[in-house]
Amino acid sequence: MVDREEKYIGTISGKLMAYILLALGGVISLMPLYWLVLTSLRPAGAEFTYPPEWIPSSFHPENYGVAWNRAPFWLFTFNSILVTFLATLGTLLTASMAAYAFARIPFYGRNVWFALTLSTMMLPWAVTLIPRFLLFKYLSLLDSLWPLFLPFWFGGGAFYIFLVRQFIMTLPVEMEEAAVVDGASRLRIFLMITMPLTKPAIAAVGVFSFIQHWNDFMGPLIFTNSEESRTLALGLRYFGDEQFTEFRLIMAVATVMLVPVLVVFFAANKYFVSGVALSGLAGR
Amino acid sequence: MADAVPLGVSSPVPGKKPRWSRKVKADNVAGYLFMAPWIIGFLAFTVGPMLASGYLSLTKYSGFGAIKWVGFENYDKIFQDDLFYTALYNTSYYAFLGVPAQLLVALCLAVLLNMKVRYVNVFRTVYYIPTVTPAVANVFLWVWIFNFDFGLINSLLRLIGISPVNWLWDPQIVKPALILMSLWSVGQQMVIFLAALQGVSEELLEAASIDGATNFRRFLRITVPLISPVIFLNLIIGIINLFQTFTVAFIATRGGPINSSLFYVLYIYRKGFESFSMGYASGLAWILFMIILVITGIQFYFARNWVYYESGGPPS
Repeated sequence: MVDREEKYIGTISGKLMAYILLALGGVISLMPLYWLVLTSLRPAGAEFTYPPEWIPSSFHPENYGVAWNRAPFWLFTFNSILVTFLATLGTLLTASMAAYAFARIPFYGRNVWFALTLSTMMLPWAVTLIPRFLLFKYLSLLDSLWPLFLPFWFGGGAFYIFLVRQFIMTLPVEMEEAAVVDGASRLRIFLMITMPLTKPAIAAVGVFSFIQHWNDFMGPLIFTNSEESRTLALGLRYFGDEQFTEFRLIMAVATVMLVPVLVVFFAANKYFVSGVALSGLAGR
Repeated sequence: MADAVPLGVSSPVPGKKPRWSRKVKADNVAGYLFMAPWIIGFLAFTVGPMLASGYLSLTKYSGFGAIKWVGFENYDKIFQDDLFYTALYNTSYYAFLGVPAQLLVALCLAVLLNMKVRYVNVFRTVYYIPTVTPAVANVFLWVWIFNFDFGLINSLLRLIGISPVNWLWDPQIVKPALILMSLWSVGQQMVIFLAALQGVSEELLEAASIDGATNFRRFLRITVPLISPVIFLNLIIGIINLFQTFTVAFIATRGGPINSSLFYVLYIYRKGFESFSMGYASGLAWILFMIILVITGIQFYFARNWVYYESGGPPS
């Protein structure tokens, strides 16, 4: 991200043009979200008026309370937090283990495994969907939160392994080699030397994984059934079945669901973008 | 893979062989211990289900009771199933028009964000926000935005005197509308493009300027070839992803109107989890797998003609 002073666009008209274009894109990016929050604060029935009020004349935050009491949303939120936390924890631990092995341990068959790992990124998940469902049915884990986080304790996904591996490859190997000479075990080196240095990549994976699991819709849809094991993403459908008649309530819950994602995104913005950038180097 | 090591050699660091040789065994043990979770997961959640899916596609199974072997009957039925062709057409339409549109928008945004002006980082964050919006929230939001009478887009159209469009409930318009919607959250591709653009050498671009090339020509002749590997990457991933579109059609349009947004994975879902024809659905899934494999293969074949690698070799 080179933003050196001397390379800024020089001419006034050039600058003006640049900002106009950037602002236009910004408006298009944010307009739907403004509409989302706007709708969530409108009085009952007022979402169906024309022309819409672009600047609201009154705010109705009580919509949030009304929406929240339509379904056990506290329970859904708790489930979402639990699944997101457990799945992310598993991903961070097991993906970095595999990444470390790929980056640093010259074990037999490493390149074959690496190629296999990468190839799973191209595998359509729809192919494995039905057998996975049957597998969890066989294990009597359907309609629980287990299917939503357990698979992520097994490497977390090729993309994450790849991302962390790429990062470890950029680290100097000398410190680890010195530790090997000193007789430190692989596990010690991994935990005490490599992992602390890999923080930026771990942070990126953490953010990606958080957003992936917090937003996941298909998983809960397939694997859970009863109200007790619903997550927030699925809970939103409580309103959908009423043929989209209560948009202000749907938008209220959607806004609540969006807030944690935005908080995490803003807090970890730099890791996020650098993470994507790192993975983007894949094709180069 | 970055290091050019022949496959299956037990000591993949030839230069350091004497140092590692006594550690080869320890390395193998350590390597596989570190890899163990991923390998177990790979077998249990990828390879196993793949094979099981192939087997199930040759059976009749409702998810309960006995599994009945039927040979290729499911595939026979699928190839005579009108809805299969409808779903395939809808999905291809969506993917083959949607991906180029997405990449174009993402590239334009990346070029904007690559401009050398102050506060461009703020815009980078703002442009990415739509992409982190939860898919479900996103879909409901857009159903509302597309609403015929009170939606955001039709309200704007009325403001400038254009008659409103029935976005989601007109069979002719629903697929373009869904593509339009997908263009709002192309942040992932955008950031990958941005990273590539920032890797394009300034010297090369300046040299072209001195030679009198216009900005647009410079972009087309120098920047695009240099970032072509990343365009290719986004293209491959984009096609694979859009061929598996599900949530938007499941929630927003429910495949309608008159099946004009019945996408392939939605059809798999309906067969497998609504009509409980798990065998039939597995057959559909395998056909999708083959289609994606072939499309990806074709793209790799033609990549030779337009993807440029600085190192001269194919990607690792």
